[in-house]
Amino acid sequence: MTRLRPALLGLALALAPAAALAQSAPAPLIALSCAGCHGPAGAGEGSVPRIAGYDREAFVQSWAAFRANERPASIMNRIARGFTDAEVAELAAYFAALR
Amino acid sequence: MTRLSRRAFALAAGTAGLSLAAPGVLHAQSTGRLVVIGGGFGGASAARYARIAFPRLDVTLIEPKATFVTCPYGNLLLAGERTLPQITHSYDGLKARGVRVVQDWADGIDATAKTVRLRGGQTVPYDKLILSPGIAIRWNAIEGYNEAAAEALPHAWVPGAGEQTTLLRRQLEALPDGGVVGFAIPPNPFRCPPGPYERISMVASYLKKHKPRAKIIALDAKDAFSKQGLFQDAWNELYPGMIEWVPLNKDGRVTKVDAREKVFETELGTRHKVDVGNVIPPQSAAKIAIDAGLTNETGWVPVNPLTFESVRARDIHVFGDANIGQVMPKSGYIANSTSKVAVAAAAAALEGRPAPGPTVYFNTCYSHVGDEYGISVVGVFRPTETGFAETPNSGGVSPRGPLAQQREQRRLEALYADAWYASITKDAFS
Ligand SMILES: Cc1cc2nc3c(=O)[nH]c(=O)nc-3n(C[C@H](O)[C@H](O)[C@H](O)COP(=O)(O)OP(=O)(O)OC[C@H]3O[C@@H](n4cnc5c(N)ncnc54)[C@H](O)[C@@H]3O)c2cc1C
Repeated sequence: MTRLRPALLGLALALAPAAALAQSAPAPLIALSCAGCHGPAGAGEGSVPRIAGYDREAFVQSWAAFRANERPASIMNRIARGFTDAEVAELAAYFAALR
Repeated sequence: MTRLSRRAFALAAGTAGLSLAAPGVLHAQSTGRLVVIGGGFGGASAARYARIAFPRLDVTLIEPKATFVTCPYGNLLLAGERTLPQITHSYDGLKARGVRVVQDWADGIDATAKTVRLRGGQTVPYDKLILSPGIAIRWNAIEGYNEAAAEALPHAWVPGAGEQTTLLRRQLEALPDGGVVGFAIPPNPFRCPPGPYERISMVASYLKKHKPRAKIIALDAKDAFSKQGLFQDAWNELYPGMIEWVPLNKDGRVTKVDAREKVFETELGTRHKVDVGNVIPPQSAAKIAIDAGLTNETGWVPVNPLTFESVRARDIHVFGDANIGQVMPKSGYIANSTSKVAVAAAAAALEGRPAPGPTVYFNTCYSHVGDEYGISVVGVFRPTETGFAETPNSGGVSPRGPLAQQREQRRLEALYADAWYASITKDAFS
């Protein structure tokens, strides 16, 4: 996953944004709905935490805790129950790879 | 071939100069022309995602408005807690990403020739068409409720440039204390199932502060509604005695309105005189989807649940409020999350890859019901042979219970609702 430093990003956008963007691995479809609350690419927004760069193991563990209602939650507990272990692993791998 | 038609399009659309400046078209090798009709929650999300995930696609967005006013948070505008600029979004972010934005109406689709006819006279060719035009109001489905009547009894359900929502706000400001605010609420399916009840709550919140003797009557064409228990608990606790909700089985369905006298008349002939009246009328898919022959007898567009391709026309993907998405709600969140599946399916076909396998469709709808008081419903859906199904044992609504016990939950959900709004509008327009 190639990331551009912010200083370079502006230049790259001005010159060849599509080429620059093409270098990043596309996000798995399943991860894209998270953007609705956690912001594009899991960057976080307001009171909703950033999940980009979240440690992979910790992600899987937090998810399991949400699912079992063992971690304080307002809505993630309701969401967590709807995803399979394989799906959670895919989400964990994707968000862990984002910087 | 592709190159030629793109040049031809640029000339025809009179955007040759513009398109040179648009980075997306600097690509020598385009893998196809993706044309998006409608720059709302679904269409803007689709165009933005297409540029990020499939940078070799040529992306054109057709949208008549220069800026987009969201329905979400329009209810907070009614309460005086948001301003119009705060819920208005420009297309500059999409332009900077290389989306060619054409400010015009799509007047017709030729699914055989694969072209879109614009009101301005141009014809735009596509390889894949992405259609997210939202809803149309069924004028006169309630007798007397036509476009002229909406100037007196606003619907405020299709935001346009914000005229309808600001009109309703002005009427609420002019309401005398002790006046009556009436709501006419349609049967299912319609845009945003919790929307009318969030609106009732936000109007009640405003009235409680500024016109505490005013009353609300909500006439409903249904016997049950989204997050009903949570809403009614909140109304009893926050606005006791202020809101009367009349379900279908108590003669709640409004069949006729008198815009001059401001009267709502129900099925059994009861006449309710109101001072301010909000008519949320029955709806269908937007006109362009009907005109293109994509809708069935329900007035909505049947689609393949894996790809959102129309079952009536190849290479046209329809999502957002216009399609038949049951059991998924007609929400901005669903429009955003399903737009990406449709784009991925379209791009795969253009680039000669197999369509993406079944994935998860996701929805969270927050509603504000009072100060620091938010509630939500969550849904995790998957495609089936015939449509969409809720994933068993998942999702659901916020926990019920008295405010004294749930204060922190309600406060957090109100905060998260604001973050949701910021996130999703970024994911569509930035
Ligand atoms: C009061 C209210 C509150 C809401 N609150 C929420 C909420 O909290 N959360 C949530 O998820 N959802 C909410 N919604 C629902 C949400 O607004 C819709 O589900 C969402 O806008 C649907 O997206 P869409 O892309 O289908 O349509 P829209 O967002 O309406 O976009 C359609 C676009 O297509 C354009 N268009 C139409 N016809 C043509 C044509 N022929 N040519 C070119 N362009 C065309 C229109 O100008 C428009 O810009 C709310 C709705 C209302 C009314």
